[in-house]
Amino acid sequence: MVNFSGKPATSFLLTFLASMLLITSCAKTPQPADSLYQQLGAAAGLEQLVDGVLVEIERDPQIVHHFKDTDIARFRRLLIEQLCQLSGGPCQYTGATMQESHTGFAITPADFDNLVNHFIKVMTAQNIPVASQNALLAKLAPMYKDVINR
Amino acid sequence: MITLRSLAISLLVFCNCSAIAGSKVIGTGGATTIEGSAGGGIVPWAVINGYASSGQWSVTGFGNQVGVDDFSLRTIGAGFSYGNQLEVSLTKQTLALETIGGDLKQTIVGVKYHVAGELLYTEMPQISVGAQWKKHQNFELPQAVGALDDQGIDWYVAASKVWLDAFAGRNLLLNATVRATKANQTGLLGFGSAEDNSYQLMTELSATIMLTPHWAVGAEFRQKPNQLAFADEEHWRDVFTAWFINKNVSLVGGYVDLGSIAGLPNQQGYYVAVEATW
Repeated sequence: MVNFSGKPATSFLLTFLASMLLITSCAKTPQPADSLYQQLGAAAGLEQLVDGVLVEIERDPQIVHHFKDTDIARFRRLLIEQLCQLSGGPCQYTGATMQESHTGFAITPADFDNLVNHFIKVMTAQNIPVASQNALLAKLAPMYKDVINR
Repeated sequence: MITLRSLAISLLVFCNCSAIAGSKVIGTGGATTIEGSAGGGIVPWAVINGYASSGQWSVTGFGNQVGVDDFSLRTIGAGFSYGNQLEVSLTKQTLALETIGGDLKQTIVGVKYHVAGELLYTEMPQISVGAQWKKHQNFELPQAVGALDDQGIDWYVAASKVWLDAFAGRNLLLNATVRATKANQTGLLGFGSAEDNSYQLMTELSATIMLTPHWAVGAEFRQKPNQLAFADEEHWRDVFTAWFINKNVSLVGGYVDLGSIAGLPNQQGYYVAVEATW
């Protein structure tokens, strides 16, 4: 749970240098191997991530009730699809808009926070680097306004 | 350090029945300033203390210690928050005048209300308004050096925003606060002066990088008024690192430059803070 490597400054520096290299190399040729989709473990990694999040949701009395009428297999497939597309993978999200799919659920800010915590916990358990975690969270966070209090 | 010790003991007592924490993401309650408001070390931020999200409440206990060349400041207090909207805090400050002799004490009641934006989730920064009512406990010395009142209210507006994946994959938190104050040296040297009892508008800034979800480093600047004729008051600065061990305990260590205080120049030294949240 405690994501303390004992050398945050070092990893910070390495990440910084790596991203500088990335910026210069990206200018010439795209590097699909370095895309967020790859960093998240591609198809297998995203399936693992979504399965992990589903387990966390199931254990979370704060939000599990929102899923009582949900077709979990379909939800799982669509979430994988959505994360794949968001992270630059070779997928097309075929589900409803965030606003449509959350209308009527009255999702609270606490529900949203809990889901963010579940994502962080599962990504950390999967040893996804902090930078990649933050890159995914940066794509999920703006959904807040479409999800909350609908 | 009795205050820190008693806090640590109460922390151990409570920790057994704890692991209770609200829903907010770790670190997003900030630390607690020397004036008891959630923020950095010297600047109140727009964040609300603790981890209470919508419909939840949270209690925070904190102790800070600042040691500079000729002074040491000890702070102890408690805060309460509800729904990531409202924060209330009660803080006792004791400034030991190690070179001059004696001490100065004040009590601070803080209130903060989150009016707009969501720190992590919205384009708009999180905006909060706050007040700190400060009452000096032994006003003889501040009065002797020209302070007018033994109490005052600071009013502030703070804007805080986290940019996820802002810089080298790290999250960046920027904060800007504007404070209206009559306080001399945060109120430890009283409020106002015979020459000028008007509110002064001060700017306070913080920048923090989250290295991991649990570790942050940052820097702060706090503009200060200079209203007492007997000695210059200078702007404050600090750099700090914060360790959010879990949602129940956090530690902060820093280096502060408080400039000249009561005629004694170059007041620099350490800053430590411990906080427990349920």
